[in-house]
Amino acid sequence: MPAHFRVKVDPNLCKSCELCIAVCPKKIMVISDQKNDLGFRLALCTDHSACTGCMACALVCPDVAIEIIRTE
Amino acid sequence: MSEKIIFTRTEGLKPAATTYCPGCGHGVAHRILAEAVAEAKALERTVAVAPVGCAVYGYDYWNFDTTEAAHGRTPAVATAIKRVLPDRLVICYQGDGDMASIGMAEIVHAANRGEKFTVIFINNANYGMTGGQMAPTTLIGQKTATTPYGRTSEEAGYPMKMAEFLAQLPGVKYAARGALHKPGLIRTAKSYIKRAFEIQEAKAGFSIVELLSICPANWGLSPLESVQKLEELMLPIYPLGLIKDEGPKKEGA
Amino acid sequence: MSQIVFAKGNEAMAEAAILAGCRYYFGYPITPQNEVPAYMSRRMPEVNGVFLQAESEVAAINMVFGAAVTGVRAMTSSSSPGISLKQEGISYMAGCELPGVIVNVVRGGPGLGSIAPAQSDYWQSTRGGGHGDYRTIVLAPHTVQELVELTMDAFDLADFYRNPVLILSDGLLGQMMESVVMPDPQERRKTGWLAGRELPPKTWALTGAKGRAPQLIRSLLMAPGELESHNLHLAEKYAAIEKNDAQAEIIGDPNPEIVLAAYGSSARLAKGALEILKAQGIRAALFRPITLWPFPTQALAKLAVKADRFLVVEMSMGQFIEDVQLAVAREKSLKQVRIELLARPGGGIPLPEEIAGRAREVLA
Repeated sequence: MPAHFRVKVDPNLCKSCELCIAVCPKKIMVISDQKNDLGFRLALCTDHSACTGCMACALVCPDVAIEIIRTE
Repeated sequence: MSEKIIFTRTEGLKPAATTYCPGCGHGVAHRILAEAVAEAKALERTVAVAPVGCAVYGYDYWNFDTTEAAHGRTPAVATAIKRVLPDRLVICYQGDGDMASIGMAEIVHAANRGEKFTVIFINNANYGMTGGQMAPTTLIGQKTATTPYGRTSEEAGYPMKMAEFLAQLPGVKYAARGALHKPGLIRTAKSYIKRAFEIQEAKAGFSIVELLSICPANWGLSPLESVQKLEELMLPIYPLGLIKDEGPKKEGA
Repeated sequence: MSQIVFAKGNEAMAEAAILAGCRYYFGYPITPQNEVPAYMSRRMPEVNGVFLQAESEVAAINMVFGAAVTGVRAMTSSSSPGISLKQEGISYMAGCELPGVIVNVVRGGPGLGSIAPAQSDYWQSTRGGGHGDYRTIVLAPHTVQELVELTMDAFDLADFYRNPVLILSDGLLGQMMESVVMPDPQERRKTGWLAGRELPPKTWALTGAKGRAPQLIRSLLMAPGELESHNLHLAEKYAAIEKNDAQAEIIGDPNPEIVLAAYGSSARLAKGALEILKAQGIRAALFRPITLWPFPTQALAKLAVKADRFLVVEMSMGQFIEDVQLAVAREKSLKQVRIELLARPGGGIPLPEEIAGRAREVLA
């Protein structure tokens, strides 16, 4: 079974800067309509099955809001 | 089925949300610095000096001992800490106002004495905390709170290339310039910090890593527009890469 | 073991600092204190200490700050214009509650002034000098012997209160050679100024977070109410210092008709005047504050019960006299007393005959 990846965005940390969206090679990160307590709309991975686990989103995130989980 | 977290917050950072503006480069700089400290197994023997500027709050996020310093005196404070505690990892975190303007004497002389600490220098081409005024690193033509018509060299001189400038001093054993806006560049920037730490731990001399950073709030741009501006305008003036490495040879190299 | 040496004030003071456990000295050349960095550059390597000639007085005091952060005893010395530059770091040390010793071998001012002895930094020393609501303990020795003893005490006071301590020497004291008994520092701890008081362990020091949570030293307090409570905490500490550590020497006639008030080198000269006045049958006493801050207000107020004529002798144009007036006013209306000033600024030195002469005029 090939590996699958999950992108977990911490709703308390995301500031909606969109840097993760720009760097995602699969273009699966978007800004959702869901807002956190500070009023920032949260980043969201729309298609985990397409995620390659490259971690670009997590690396570029200034708020260390993204966790990547690998499932095998 | 097994689950493995392949990317998570380093133990070098406290579990705290930063007060930095969306997109601000300090966040990534803090993370890679904290990761490098953790990977050097130095969380319990690090003393950092936080500058006056936005990053004064570094101590709220870094999971190691930190002291404040007066504006620009960061290298003087770090000098004494390292002299008293030569076996600790001493980190001097500075912004462009702190280092290249008010603290010019302190940084030049600490570098020239070859003080054995590591400077992380965040260059975002303006003063962040005070509201986006001109810094010595501000680009020609760049509009800031105090150069409303754009910086001119006639009135305000030229952008200071601190990493190259300091690299000329024999006490400086390592100088590199990285950036924080792309995953690959971030990996490279972190490798610079790790190498700077090696040089410090080998007691070879002074090490500096300059990191180009966006400052969207003060540049008046979105984070993505800021990235574009950085690439377009800052990279030609502040080229990325290793400038000097006179440390002991890496193992296996 | 105490040891008798014949030494210049500046050098005796430097050796006293080493005896007191100071192993970190950061300085910058300026006359008339140059013997201090020269001495330290020679001695520190012998005791495995650090001497560092900083790029400026500003850097030097911030190095003292950095060394203090790690919990060690550190000091700097300078002279008036250099002390002006150090005020930034002193304010930060006070704000961060860091101990440290700063020696000012005072010269004449304002500006570059002269290298002759003076006392014109009284206001700067006792009123803060830097920005913000803070106090520094200010010690004013009048002999090389006392300079040595107070230097040792300064490190204890700094550690006890977590506060910068300023030693106000001057060109006269710094350059003068006298024979001195170098006290045994352990003995001095037991019997001297802080006898019976434990120095608190420096649990706040930053040495790496081994076996404990990371610590932080800061003076930036931005949360609502945070700085106010810090200022109130500092004020409480300053009140304790005022209550417990104001010191003065009072000598001469127990029922004086005139009180001479002087500190440091002026007081040494005033002691000569006291002898002259005694020989002339005049009942005179000398009030000599050893701490300029905290000012020994009560000691002077007690004298004011007995006397209503005062001659203030200072090598400055009427700075110290303000504290004398404030203290006397605790006891008597200033309308009922006569407080005169003998001021010799800019390198002028008030000789005993001159002081005695003025005292007779004040009595007349």
